[in-house]
Amino acid sequence: MRIEGYVMLAVAVFFGVVLALYWFTSYEDAGGLMLLATAALGSLIGGYLYWWSRRMNPRPEDRPDAELVDGAGNVGSFPDTSIWPFVLGIGLAGVGLGWVFGAWLAVMGGAMALTAFVGVIVESRRGGVA
Amino acid sequence: MTILDERAPVAHHPPEERKEPWGVYKWLTSTDHKVIGKSYLITSVLFFLMAGIMALLFRVQLTSPDNGFLSQSTYNELFTMHGSMMMYLFAGPFAFGGFANAIVPIQVGAPDMAFPRLNALSYWIYAAGGFIMLSGFITAGGAADFGWVAYAPLSNAVNSPGAGADLWIIALVLTGFSAIFTGVNIITTVFYLRAPGMTMFRIPIFTWNMVVTGILILIAFPVLTSALIMLFADRHLGTHIFEVSGGGVPVLWQHLFWFFGHPEVYILALPYFGIVTEILPVFSRKPVFGYKGLFFATLLIAGLSTGVWAHHMFTTGVVLLPFFSGMSFLIAVPTGIKYFAWIGTMWRGKLTFPTPMLFAVGFLVVFLAGGLSGVLLASPPIDFFTHDTYFVVAHFHQVLFGTAIFAGFGGLYYWFPKITGRMLRDKLGRVHFWLLFWGFWVQTIPQYIVGLQGMPRRVPTYPANLGWTLYNRISTAGAFMIGLSFAFFLVNLWVSWRKPVAAGDNPWVYGQALEWATSSPAPHHNFHSIPPIRSERPTWDMNFGEPPPGADIEGPTGVTVR
Repeated sequence: MRIEGYVMLAVAVFFGVVLALYWFTSYEDAGGLMLLATAALGSLIGGYLYWWSRRMNPRPEDRPDAELVDGAGNVGSFPDTSIWPFVLGIGLAGVGLGWVFGAWLAVMGGAMALTAFVGVIVESRRGGVA
Repeated sequence: MTILDERAPVAHHPPEERKEPWGVYKWLTSTDHKVIGKSYLITSVLFFLMAGIMALLFRVQLTSPDNGFLSQSTYNELFTMHGSMMMYLFAGPFAFGGFANAIVPIQVGAPDMAFPRLNALSYWIYAAGGFIMLSGFITAGGAADFGWVAYAPLSNAVNSPGAGADLWIIALVLTGFSAIFTGVNIITTVFYLRAPGMTMFRIPIFTWNMVVTGILILIAFPVLTSALIMLFADRHLGTHIFEVSGGGVPVLWQHLFWFFGHPEVYILALPYFGIVTEILPVFSRKPVFGYKGLFFATLLIAGLSTGVWAHHMFTTGVVLLPFFSGMSFLIAVPTGIKYFAWIGTMWRGKLTFPTPMLFAVGFLVVFLAGGLSGVLLASPPIDFFTHDTYFVVAHFHQVLFGTAIFAGFGGLYYWFPKITGRMLRDKLGRVHFWLLFWGFWVQTIPQYIVGLQGMPRRVPTYPANLGWTLYNRISTAGAFMIGLSFAFFLVNLWVSWRKPVAAGDNPWVYGQALEWATSSPAPHHNFHSIPPIRSERPTWDMNFGEPPPGADIEGPTGVTVR
């Protein structure tokens, strides 16, 4: 967990330095803001990972001497099949096309996307396969 | 929904009671990363072939001066769609959708991606976006025709009316979100779903490169998406963000676009660097040389690539030349470290040259030449001289050909057995490689020369008295050699489909990473059993024991490796 945190914090530090260099040599707003946002992105994720890495024991995947049985137990739940990503994708594409060809497409696409959204949530709650 | 309650050594699968979906419905509903990866690979190669045919069409147009084969507007649409499809729909999704999905979870010992349904959504909005972009051709005004960079004010509603441009914008928003979702998915998978013992410095360099690419995507793509929304607002909602008339700043588009666009070039490069780093050690029978060096070089390349966006904007006159020039020169350093490590990996190895290795070495040669012309372009005086000429066209085609084509198809030859369980034919692969390799040089060298003579890019015709005709003819001949080489690739696919040769688990014999320890194709949730992970090459350790038989091989500095 610690290395993951360091990698993301490195993003923050690197872009902090680049931001300082860039800002005080150019005073250009667009690039300065984007570099600032990039540094913020790194510090957000990196801070979270590093904060947790200080407060938890190394996971089996962090220990070089871990045996495979150390990782036994619930790995996670993986949905086997689901139609909703497809419906959501088509729905979102419809919403996008609505901006070009007219609101009727956005209404249809939005309805599909909303249905799929509800479908995904219900599917997860039930824990079964829709 | 399957709850994986036991990881090792044998995954436990309860008997399935419900009816399995089948046929097209099975494909539509699949959330399996292997199926999604395959869909990505097939879709992106289809887009690649289409974009390649477009390139052949406008190369025909350029064979003769004052040619009338294509109209000016068709020419503009074709080169725009060629660039857009190659960049957004092929090179990125081929590696970061296809190989990332098909290989990364297996390499880290995960049963699937962290968010399988999000992963499926990524694919569907990518595919939908691709078809939306293409559908511009059937609208009344034709497809988008402002180049793949869509500079303001050329891309505003006055200069580019018509639905094709809007469809292009919508398509990019969709594929952009697809890339962001895949980026989140890959990073989470590698951070949270590794097998026990698979520490961060034991994951293969390929997977590291995918993680770093994911971070770059999180940095770059939101900027593109917001810039596209601003562009759409300028076109239709009456804002003036990029319009001088309302107090806007056209050059802001270039800032936003290239803040995405330059990292994008590395999003298209880093995964392919990773592929090469997988192929070279296997066919050199050595561990990868300089693992940590490669890792830090990757991070540094990614970081620097985000700080050099304005080297595309030198000629605008409003950017800080020393800063961007210096940062651009600096990128040569980590790239040099990578080359050092790649050569060190091959140094005194027991080299064999089946098709994947040929492609990987082809990458080294082509990308090196392309990278060196990039160092030239990082110098503002040279850039002022060659900006928007065929010199730049030749440069980036060489760089992207090295990565997306040579390394990419090398990866396809390399992992095709793992993904499908069948081998591709080696002889056909060799013909594919050599035609492609020489065709590529025949196409590109004349473009460098004609660029230095001043031929601007994106012109549909040129007058006869400038002496560009011969160079353009040679270049077109090279393009057709490349086209022919891919015919051999398709034949190869067809042969492997009709007369399959079973691959076995580890067809390259000296496979190192975890994917070669499972069956081909990998079973549901990837592993029946995982070998113990004690180094960065668990499959090698499993097959050849520790220390490996290559222990007497010396590295370039005379230091014994391992």
